[in-house]
Parts: sequence; C-alpha cells; structure tokens
Amino acid sequence: MISVDLAQSSIRDLNERLHKLPPDTNERAWRVLNPKGAHAIAAGLTVPIEVVVEGHAGYYCAGMNKEATVIVNGHAGVGLGENIMSGEVRVKGNASQSAAASGQGGLVVIEGDASARCGISMKGVDIVVGGSVGHMSAFMAQSGSLVVCGDAGASLGDSIYEAKLYIQGSVESLGADCIEKKMTPEHIAKLERLLARAGIKADAKRFRRYGSARKLYNFHTDHADAY
Amino acid sequence: MCGIVGLFLKNPALRPHLGGHIKTMLIGMSERGPDSAGIAVYHKPVRKGQCKLTAFHANPNYHWREIGGALGEALNAEVDIELKGNHAVITVSADETATRAWLHHHHPEVRVMGYGQLMEVYKDIGLPADVAERYGVAGMEGTHAIGHTRMATESAVTTEHSHPFTAASDMCLVHNGSLSNHNRLREWLRRRGHEFETDNDSEVAARYFAHRMGEGASLAEALEAGLTDLDGFYTFTMGTRDGFAVLRDGIACKPAVLAETDDWVAMASEFRSLANLPGVEHAKIWEPAPAVVYTWSLPKAA
Repeated sequence: MISVDLAQSSIRDLNERLHKLPPDTNERAWRVLNPKGAHAIAAGLTVPIEVVVEGHAGYYCAGMNKEATVIVNGHAGVGLGENIMSGEVRVKGNASQSAAASGQGGLVVIEGDASARCGISMKGVDIVVGGSVGHMSAFMAQSGSLVVCGDAGASLGDSIYEAKLYIQGSVESLGADCIEKKMTPEHIAKLERLLARAGIKADAKRFRRYGSARKLYNFHTDHADAY
Repeated sequence: MCGIVGLFLKNPALRPHLGGHIKTMLIGMSERGPDSAGIAVYHKPVRKGQCKLTAFHANPNYHWREIGGALGEALNAEVDIELKGNHAVITVSADETATRAWLHHHHPEVRVMGYGQLMEVYKDIGLPADVAERYGVAGMEGTHAIGHTRMATESAVTTEHSHPFTAASDMCLVHNGSLSNHNRLREWLRRRGHEFETDNDSEVAARYFAHRMGEGASLAEALEAGLTDLDGFYTFTMGTRDGFAVLRDGIACKPAVLAETDDWVAMASEFRSLANLPGVEHAKIWEPAPAVVYTWSLPKAA
C-alpha cells in the first residue's frame, strides 16, 4: 500500500504519479490521506489499480476513470466519476451534483445519497445509489442503468433515451417522455446482478422501472411527409 | 464564479476563535474568488443608545478623525473611531438613522458598508488571504460571520461591488449566482422608498430581504418570499443580529455545503472551506436542498 498525504504533496504530484503507472504495474494499492475536499483526486486513471481516499473528496474525483477502482471513505463533491469509461468508483458517503455524468461504462456506487443531476447524459455507465437522488437525475440518459434504493427527485429521466431506471422509493415527478415500465423477470434478474455487483442489499422485486416512452426522440414514419 | 462562507457558533467557548476560522474558510475559497473578498462579523455589541457604522473611503489617509469630530458636534454625541485599512469603524452615542443621515448629507463620498449594534463589514480588493491579513480577521472574536470571495463576471472589481451587502441594521447578505429580474425588482424597491448604491444584482437581493423583514417578516419568511420574487441563480447566506440563514434557488445551480456539530453550523460553496473546522470529522455534512430555507438563531439570552 502506497500512501500519499495531500497535506504534504500536491494533487498534481499525486495524479502525475498515478498517470505514469504502466498497465502491468505492481504498485496496485494506493491510499490518499487528508483529501480535505481537494478537486480532481485520482482523475484520469487508466490502469487497474485501487485508490482509497481517506476523507471527503472535492469536485471531479475519479473523473474519466478507466480500469481503476477508486473508493472514497467520505463524501464526494460535484462531478464524481464524470465520464467514467470503465472500472469502479465507490463513495461510502454522499455525492454532490452530476455524479457519473456522461459516464460511458463501468460502475459508480454511491452508498449514501446523490444530489441533483445524478447520471445526467449517462451513456452506458451503471450507477447504484444506496440512498436517494435529487432532481433532474438521468436527464437525457442514453444507455446504462441507474438504480436508486431510496427516492428520486423531480423530473426523473427528462428527455431520456434508452437508459434503464430502477427506483425503489417514490418518484417526485417524471420528466418529459419518461414513463413507468413493466418489471419483467429479466429486469428483476438484471437488477439483482447489478445490486450484487454493487454490494448493496435490496430486494429487486420491490423496485419499479422507468424508461423512455420513445415519443420525443424517435422518428415516426407518420411524419415522413414532413421531410 | 464566487465563493461564499458562513460560520455560526453555538458554543460560546469558540467565540474567541471565530475570526481564525472564518479566515481559513475564506482562504479556502480563493480559487473561486481571487479578485476581492469581504466579511461581516457580529461582535463587540455597542452600549445602549449607541450605534456603530463601518465606513469606507478609497483614500487610506482619509480625514476620518475630523469627520468624527464634526459628527460628534452636530449630533451632540460621543464618537469613537477605529481605523483598519481604508475602513473606519465609527461608534456613536446617537441614533443610527440620524448618524447615517448626517454622514450621507455631509460626506456623500463616504460609503457606509454596514451599520447596527454588532455587525462590522470589511471588504476590499485582493486575494482573500491579503484582505484577511489587512483587516486582522484572524484576531476577531464574535458569534457569527459571513464571507465572500469574488470572481467578477459582470460588474467592476471594486470595494463597492464586493460582498457582503447590507440593507438594514445588523443585516448582511452574500450571494453566489446571478439574478435575472434584478432591474425590475430594483424599480419595485425604489418605488417603495429604497435607495441603491450600486448596480449589483446582489444588492437588490439584500434590499429585497430587508424590505420583507421591514414589513414584519421573519428571516425565514423573508427568504421564503424570495423564492417567489427572485428569478435567477442563487445560493445566499445571510446574517442578522441573532440569525443565520442559507437558501438555494429551485434548481440548485450554485453549489453549497452545510455542516453542523453541537458547537457550530458552517456553510461554504465547497467542502474545502469546511475541512479544517474543529470536529468536522464528526459533523453532519449535507448539501442544502433546492428551494429549502435553512435558518439558525442564537438563544435569546446570548
């Protein structure tokens, strides 16, 4: 385990060290001390290492993550795991706005709550939230899954494309073109796998599923004459 | 972009350290606001029958003492002047309205930054660390303080345009965001007798809340009314004689973090500014919900 104390070294030094690691590195276990809300902790990682942040992280923690596992033993600020490509980002506390925004792959687990715009423009990432999410979550979500064990704020899934939303609690309101859909046995099985992967205990059968009504973005042959 | 911070002490034992903590919090928001910084601090209550004003003039050698003498003679009052940078804290054994009216009439070039029985306001251009140093913020005791670091986007980088904004006795506001209906609201407030000192949208918000409280609204009620009447992006932190409040707009465009322990409540744009508060590792930390009014007040005896 390699420890980097941000009270002693800069965030730039830390990230440079992490970025220089070759894919076959033996330095696979890292620990970041005294994060104190610093921005961009462990952003832009590209190799399969594990970074544990001991405290609260600031903006863009584990942004653009590829292959790596980043664990925050605290809360995370705006843009946690934004544009994640693969790997796993896990926050033991809460995450601020725009968690996993535009994420293309991998898994983001927020054990507490996520605030507004969680999974905005998600493009394939899987997000599992142990608590609730704020308003405008999964806005323009294109693909991937958003699982919320608590409640969802207003305008869930506004202008959604093909992402799948599983919410156990209440939904304050659905956004434009987002509707409730049937939970089939396949969906329950998929959700069970997701919850297991995230290590979050919940009964998949208690969730409701939401998705696109496909009226907003889909081309209707009825409208062919208009072109 | 701007940074805002606020610290409200519940445990009187921490009061001697208020300034030290608010200074650290302010410096934590330097990246969000390197142009200018300001704080309002609630401390050193004046005696009954006295009032105090924090006044500013760009000239560091301004003739404050002469003005103090003339003010004392005109109002038949005792005047005490404490100079800090280009600010003067003027304590007068006279009515607050009469004192402000005299200053406004005889020395319109002097800008009154704040007034009341407790509140002092210091704001100036420069890095937060430099501003805090210039005014000796670290040494200030008190019950609560509110601060702002500014990165100007629309109006000029001047002391006058810096926050906090004051619009009533012992009341101040800091704002991160921008209001879109401030012109109309300014006219609306002007028709109701409010005078404006800058073209800044945040001053409009401060005067709007002062107006509502002048009508008899509580701090919470005034902020609640603001949710209907103010259009735009905002995270506000507000201080009154014995109160502290935080409000975000309905879509929560601008960031905010709250933290609370048995000893204090703190607000900041980002966690970075809360990271060094005593006992923060055990604090309840959360993001204030959009369009929810959060208020705290000092116990009556304090």
